[in-house]
Amino acid sequence: MKNIVASRRTLLRGAALGVLAAPMLNTKTLFAQSGAFNWKRFQGQSLEISLIRSPRGDLLKRHQAEFEALTGIKVGVEDIPEQQQRQKVVIELNSGRPSFDVVHLSYHVQKRQFAKAKWLAEVGGMLNDAQLTPAEYDRADLTQRGLDYATDDGKINSLPWSVDYWLLYWNKELFQAKGVAYPRTIDEIVTAAARLHDPANGIAGITARGLRNANVPVWTQLMLGWGQEATAGAPPRLMTDTDDAIAAARVYQTLLRNSGPQGVAGFNWNESQSLFAQGRAAMWIDGVGFAPPVEDPQRSRVVGKVGYGIFPAGPKAHHSGMFGDGIGIASASRKKEAAFLYCLWTTNKQMSNRLLQGGSGVPFRRSSLQDQATLSALTVPKEWADCVRGSGEIARAALPVIVPVTEFRDVFGTALTNTIGGADPAAEMRRATAEFRPVLERSEQG
Amino acid sequence: MKTLPQPAVGSSRRPVYFWFVVPGLLATLAVIVFPWAFTVWMSLHEWKLGGTAVWVGLRNYAELAVNQRFLESIWHTFYFTILAVILPLVLGTFAAVVFHRTFPLRGLLRTIFIMPMMATPVAIALVWTMMFHPQLGVLNYLLSLVGIGPSEWVFARHTVIPSLALVEVWLWTPFVMIIVLGGLAAVPSEPYESAQLDGATRWQMFWKITFPLVLPFIVVAGIIRTIDALKAFEVIYVISSGGPGTASETLNLYLYAQAFAYYNVGTASAVVVVFFAIVVALSLVLLWARERAKWY
Repeated sequence: MKNIVASRRTLLRGAALGVLAAPMLNTKTLFAQSGAFNWKRFQGQSLEISLIRSPRGDLLKRHQAEFEALTGIKVGVEDIPEQQQRQKVVIELNSGRPSFDVVHLSYHVQKRQFAKAKWLAEVGGMLNDAQLTPAEYDRADLTQRGLDYATDDGKINSLPWSVDYWLLYWNKELFQAKGVAYPRTIDEIVTAAARLHDPANGIAGITARGLRNANVPVWTQLMLGWGQEATAGAPPRLMTDTDDAIAAARVYQTLLRNSGPQGVAGFNWNESQSLFAQGRAAMWIDGVGFAPPVEDPQRSRVVGKVGYGIFPAGPKAHHSGMFGDGIGIASASRKKEAAFLYCLWTTNKQMSNRLLQGGSGVPFRRSSLQDQATLSALTVPKEWADCVRGSGEIARAALPVIVPVTEFRDVFGTALTNTIGGADPAAEMRRATAEFRPVLERSEQG
Repeated sequence: MKTLPQPAVGSSRRPVYFWFVVPGLLATLAVIVFPWAFTVWMSLHEWKLGGTAVWVGLRNYAELAVNQRFLESIWHTFYFTILAVILPLVLGTFAAVVFHRTFPLRGLLRTIFIMPMMATPVAIALVWTMMFHPQLGVLNYLLSLVGIGPSEWVFARHTVIPSLALVEVWLWTPFVMIIVLGGLAAVPSEPYESAQLDGATRWQMFWKITFPLVLPFIVVAGIIRTIDALKAFEVIYVISSGGPGTASETLNLYLYAQAFAYYNVGTASAVVVVFFAIVVALSLVLLWARERAKWY
């Protein structure tokens, strides 16, 4: 009987303490009471992070101890190559019990897929709540394009992290040797490539991705010069067999077939990078992230000779193709608020500036490209940063926001590779469009 | 003398024996029958990861039957398999005959010859990718030394599969050599002595004595190589990813794309079932060949 009384007292004491402590369990109340942002709110918890192995992921790992010291949260990171990470997270998220709380995602491939399946937790509410997001995070500093990428059906489901603009790398020495000026239009790229092409001396006028799937952004970048994206409207309609899409495919064919390196049909970015870094290609169309390797004296023969040009205008429009990465929280995670702190830290100003300084990524933040301390500490030429800033002003998504992005890239990538082999661009684009249309329609129904 | 208890005539002891079979039966059901039944069941659905499975009957199979890319991938699989089996068999047998003879440093050279087999295929594939580079690769440089023009290797549609098979040949010829060497070690010397007395040439001795005697070993090597070549994935994926276009896309790569790039679980399952049927048919042919090659 005595034991029962003691238990009852314990119970009552516990209940009383619970009532007193209840406000402490409410995050908003806690932040309101403290008067300052409490990063230690989730001290003692642990988070699992799924990252794509990349310079961006490396940056987070390098500074991970900083986050752990700031928050008292223990972080476990799994970083695996891009293709494998994308497959793994989809399978895990589909299972309903992912092994991670925070996930690194590629908007240009996964945005629509993740949104349709509701795999990510909404973070807009936490982001807009001054008590959940410290003032110094400066939400207004995030670019609108980044927020648009992170938004699905009016809800912000992730935080925009890194943007990749497409530009034209050019070898100043080769241009100078042949007296060719930097091209200002897509037509001028074709002319310049033809003039610079010198296979007898092992020089290609231009190089770019010819490999199926990888090559599609080259074509869509060109297509933006006609002011057109691969799809239009909602539900999305394919615009891939229009006169403008075919014209862009014809330019793609002309450039790579007539002025590209031998074997370009099998080139991904790495083959092009090797060729350009060895001074064997006069121009190279690709993303912003390749300044570090081409400016590395250990790996490149063109250090100090590379020009970074905003992608030239097309006949109807002037855009730079845009791709982006974000960081989000699995909706199945039970540690969403702690995970949100990690997302905030990843995309805060300091980490964004660090991302830019290395030249391997561009943050979705306005201030980074204006921050003098960051710009003066750049490890790549200032011309690169100028090009990035200029590209940002004319950026436009280069891949359609649809679920079957990979299939889209495979089908149209095959058509583009065929054009390098001599196939008619109009016939190839129409065939690919007819092949992909039912896939797209089915994906919109499911 | 004690005698062991004999089972009673009839079926009175059978239920007791039956329970000993149950663990094995359950394991077989769990790891073989269930996955297969589930794969067949999935192949009858349209199911994309992130969505719900919808019953479509045999539609996935009907679509595969007219899918140009799928049909081409079957042809690519056979083309690659033929090259990746025949060439190692011929070269491996030749190497075995050479290394069967006694000559200085034979042991060292044998060791060097089998080294490719020990390497990790993915690492080897990455090295070959660099070697195949049309402008910067060492292969075109070597060709230039003997006055041959550059090749596009894995970067052109018409040369990609032979180039990929070249990597397989380099990797697996030593394997065939080891098996055939084992066969040669078991060959008796008397037939050669008789043949020499009869004035047979070296070629006649090889063709009339050596080859028939080691043929069962070559067939075994052929069966193992065929299975390996049919399931080849990493070398093709790393070097060409099935390209240019879909020129080197084999059934395995097509299946991989459907399952892990497009997340079409239903279609991928149908491809698995078709692939299984092809492998079973081919296995039956190979088993028949093995029976024919037996010594009598």
